[in-house]
Amino acid sequence: MLNQYPTLKHILGRAGWYFVTFLVAVTINFFLPRLGDANPVDTMMAKVSAGLDTASAKEKEESYLKEFGLVELDPSGHVQRDAQGKPVRTTLASQFANYVGMSLRGDLGSSILQHPKRVSEIIKAALPWTLALQLPTIVFGWLLGNVLGALAAYKRGVFDQLMYPMALLASAIPAFCFGILLVYVFGIRLEWFPAVGGYDDGLSPALSRQFIASASYYYVLPFLSVFLIVVGGQAIGMRSMCIYELGTDYVKYAKLLGVKESKILFYMFRNAMLPQLTGLALALGTMVGGALITEMIFSYPGLGMAVLTAIQGNDYPLITGCTLLVTVTVLIANFSVDILVGILDPRIRAAQRTGK
Amino acid sequence: MKLFTSLLRTPSFVLGFGLFFATLLFALLGPLFVHVDVSTRVGLAFTPPSRAHWLGTDHLGVDMVSLLIAGLRSSLYVGFLAGTVATFVGTLIGLYGGYKGGLIDDVLTVGTNLFLVIPSLIVLILLSSSIENGRSLTLIALIIGCTTWTWSARAVRAQSSSLRGRDHVSLARINGYGTLGIVLLHIMPYLLSYIFMVFILQTATGILSEASISMLGLGPYDSISLGKILNEAIRNEALTDGAWWAFAPAMVLITVIVFALYIINTSLEGVFNPRLRK
Repeated sequence: MLNQYPTLKHILGRAGWYFVTFLVAVTINFFLPRLGDANPVDTMMAKVSAGLDTASAKEKEESYLKEFGLVELDPSGHVQRDAQGKPVRTTLASQFANYVGMSLRGDLGSSILQHPKRVSEIIKAALPWTLALQLPTIVFGWLLGNVLGALAAYKRGVFDQLMYPMALLASAIPAFCFGILLVYVFGIRLEWFPAVGGYDDGLSPALSRQFIASASYYYVLPFLSVFLIVVGGQAIGMRSMCIYELGTDYVKYAKLLGVKESKILFYMFRNAMLPQLTGLALALGTMVGGALITEMIFSYPGLGMAVLTAIQGNDYPLITGCTLLVTVTVLIANFSVDILVGILDPRIRAAQRTGK
Repeated sequence: MKLFTSLLRTPSFVLGFGLFFATLLFALLGPLFVHVDVSTRVGLAFTPPSRAHWLGTDHLGVDMVSLLIAGLRSSLYVGFLAGTVATFVGTLIGLYGGYKGGLIDDVLTVGTNLFLVIPSLIVLILLSSSIENGRSLTLIALIIGCTTWTWSARAVRAQSSSLRGRDHVSLARINGYGTLGIVLLHIMPYLLSYIFMVFILQTATGILSEASISMLGLGPYDSISLGKILNEAIRNEALTDGAWWAFAPAMVLITVIVFALYIINTSLEGVFNPRLRK
């Protein structure tokens, strides 16, 4: 039945695949941090136990064990105890089941470092910054890079000779090196732009004109440091894609027919774009990772900074919360690109028209 | 031989190889000319470059040239080790899946694609932060190798599945060669140049990944790496103090190595793939 709607079939197939990927990501997020012997409750106890007597320390520990779901509870909500009166630890399997259930509900537990605060609250505050930084850089960087790459392949000559090495260099500079360079030159030496942070110290996030002006001023450097690298990388890919397209029969034939240059460029662009879009889907993970580190360099109040503070403070629930969210965001972005490919791919559309 | 001369006639290869060779020499022969000592404080914190210490000192007063040589050595070591592991795993999975086809190939492809979509930096962060004690340089390299192999598996698979229908492969199968024999003797030789290019890119990825996780404070405990130099410099306010010598040389070294490896790769592509020749 679905065969009559190839686009829908494509979308549903991909959706199923991404759900499986999501489950694998959740599994990784659960098991990898448990490879080590670190235990959130021990970390918490090391922080708060000073000055407590044994009885109240024990009480505190049990309340933490309960909170992190590490002990079995009886139906009335009390901690179950074995014959020696020690709390019964939950098995890894039931912890995992609990974790998957919580993740699906969007509950990521509570942070260790900023204790009673929920991880989801911290992430909710950080996510808009990361999205505002990464979404435009990747989308516009991809577009500009592809236009430049296609032009370089088509025009060759001086434009290509100038653009290609520059793009190569831009894509080879690691995101964090470029970020440090921008901070140092434009933020600290020249003082043209603020070096670190997301907005002026005195302000608090609100939709006021003053706040938006301040945030956009702070936005320039982090934006540039990721944007130029994306442009460079995409331009190189598009250039070699278009050089290949230039050698194909349809371009040669169109040239012989005397078809307008802009028209040939348009056809070429359209054909080279599909593999570039697929390439974007594959490169998204790396791009997002690079941008996260850029956020740390600029102390930008996004997820990158949250991960950094979490790592420094051994805040495992926050680390896994952030990594899970980043993975989910990358999965959603990938899924959108996949759907876009399904809509743009003429082979899938042609199948739709003929009803095959 | 012909390949070699045509490589030497490619300016980008000469440039890339020259740059890479220079950094390699600096790392290997540096200790012969400069006294490398990364534990003694030879001056005050962030002393500017002077005749005795060409690149000044870091936040503890340790000689920067020594730190850079030590850091470069570990970064190259991580790069090569991680590159070797990633190329090995990726090539093995790609060759096997591409040649076998069918269900095995499907399973391997789905697995590869899964880990291709999940950002490798995330897996790196999760793995490294769980190993709190004993995060040695070698262990970090192995972890990086085990998380970055995905795209090379995908690339090699595409190549190897295009070879499986070739006559000489069918002939080998009729002659009773086993899967391993066919893959190693009749498919891999065709892809050696390709695998070598994959190795170069994987080495670059390894160096970058090490720097990335060291920037997060998840670097090796037992050695100095370029990423760790950057991390220490930023954590100790080298940026705001204007101590450019504490971070700029390490940045330049990472960028030069990665840039050199990238252009070696593209120039090799031009030589191996006749279609890209002008």
